[in-house]
Amino acid sequence: MAFLTFEGIGITAMAGAVPKHVIHNYEYTQYFPADQVKEVVDKVGVFERRFADKETCSSDLCFAAAERLIADNNIDRNEIDLLVFLSQTPDYRMPATSIILQDRLGLPQSCVAFDMQLGCAGFCYAMSVVYGMMQGGNIRKALILDGETRSKVYSPKDRRSAFIFGDGGVAALVEKDEKFGKSWFSLNSDGSRHDLIMIKGGGYRNMSSEETLKERVVDEYGNIRSDEQGYMRGGDVFNFVIREIPRDIKKTLEFSGVDKDTIDYIVFHQANNFINTYIAKKMKLDADKIPHTIEKFGNTSSVSVPLTIVSELKDKLEGNKTLLLSAFGVGMCWATGIVPFVDCKVSEIVEVENGEAVKV
Amino acid sequence: MEIKEFIDKFAEAIEVEDASALTPETNFRDLEEWSSLSVMLLIAFYDEEFEKELTQDQIKASSTIQDLYNLAIA
Repeated sequence: MAFLTFEGIGITAMAGAVPKHVIHNYEYTQYFPADQVKEVVDKVGVFERRFADKETCSSDLCFAAAERLIADNNIDRNEIDLLVFLSQTPDYRMPATSIILQDRLGLPQSCVAFDMQLGCAGFCYAMSVVYGMMQGGNIRKALILDGETRSKVYSPKDRRSAFIFGDGGVAALVEKDEKFGKSWFSLNSDGSRHDLIMIKGGGYRNMSSEETLKERVVDEYGNIRSDEQGYMRGGDVFNFVIREIPRDIKKTLEFSGVDKDTIDYIVFHQANNFINTYIAKKMKLDADKIPHTIEKFGNTSSVSVPLTIVSELKDKLEGNKTLLLSAFGVGMCWATGIVPFVDCKVSEIVEVENGEAVKV
Repeated sequence: MEIKEFIDKFAEAIEVEDASALTPETNFRDLEEWSSLSVMLLIAFYDEEFEKELTQDQIKASSTIQDLYNLAIA
């Protein structure tokens, strides 16, 4: 059973960045009539989200967030020994975006940099990998850069995914400090369900071709997409999530010995409001402890957990707090983390346009 | 659960206002309220009421309320 425990390591500062361009979902009626749009939007609970322009990649959002974090906390760039870039929307197929970011951020060549390619549950994975490397070595400071431009992944003509996804990036600084108590993670995989959320074309199994780029009607509801755009079997994802997520949270609480009532905040992956509300109700969780950003940023995949912390817990992380993080998605893979936050410094969210932070 | 009760709860779950017109033979896809979102509502209904997983393929293979009832009590 993949339970991991770390001690004396934690996130000491965070910053977030989102594209400046706001999509107002009720007005996103280019392909569907307004009454149909309203029905979907009300159900999924995504009223606004941010779309990156052509010039803005996940890496640009992360870069803007990282620069803000470094400036706000007077970080010595030479002390950053590890950079992990977590994304499924990298700049190129190769090289790894993390290595480009090492140079762009002016980090030393002795810095370890690599990409992690995981979806919605990815942030807990990145934390565990970074915590593990820090526990084992002489790494002084580490950066987790988590960015997604899911707006570029899904078809606007497929109503099952057209109204949910948004873009964002987060930088998290990880340091060793005795002030941090234990962290616990549970990480899980189920590849038998790899076809529930997927982009079939454009990789090496089904390489880009005229065929993969062709838009076609894909179901009885008249939804349209190509094989290079993502699809989601929402119903079966929901089936999976309402079974596995409560179970994994329960298991992780038992493993850690942490009393559910002592947890200050529960941060869920912002899938859609319907799923999140259902899980909270099913598990009888206290809604006051569950921050959410689904209504203003939509589902930003792996970014949604840290972006929700940056956006909603900015002034609530003074002193010693315990957070439970729970995320699930494409893979399928899912994760639960119970982690201490001690005086975490959270910066204001930066807006990005044409690949660069907008000057305030 | 009798089918009469199932029909009432089904109507509530997928937000059909007037359940009185529904019969076991009603094709649920013909209902005005039926949309791709109803799949989620139906799955939630089966989880809550019957603690059962209702897959998208099972829904696809069903056409009448009777078919759905059979899956619920199976």
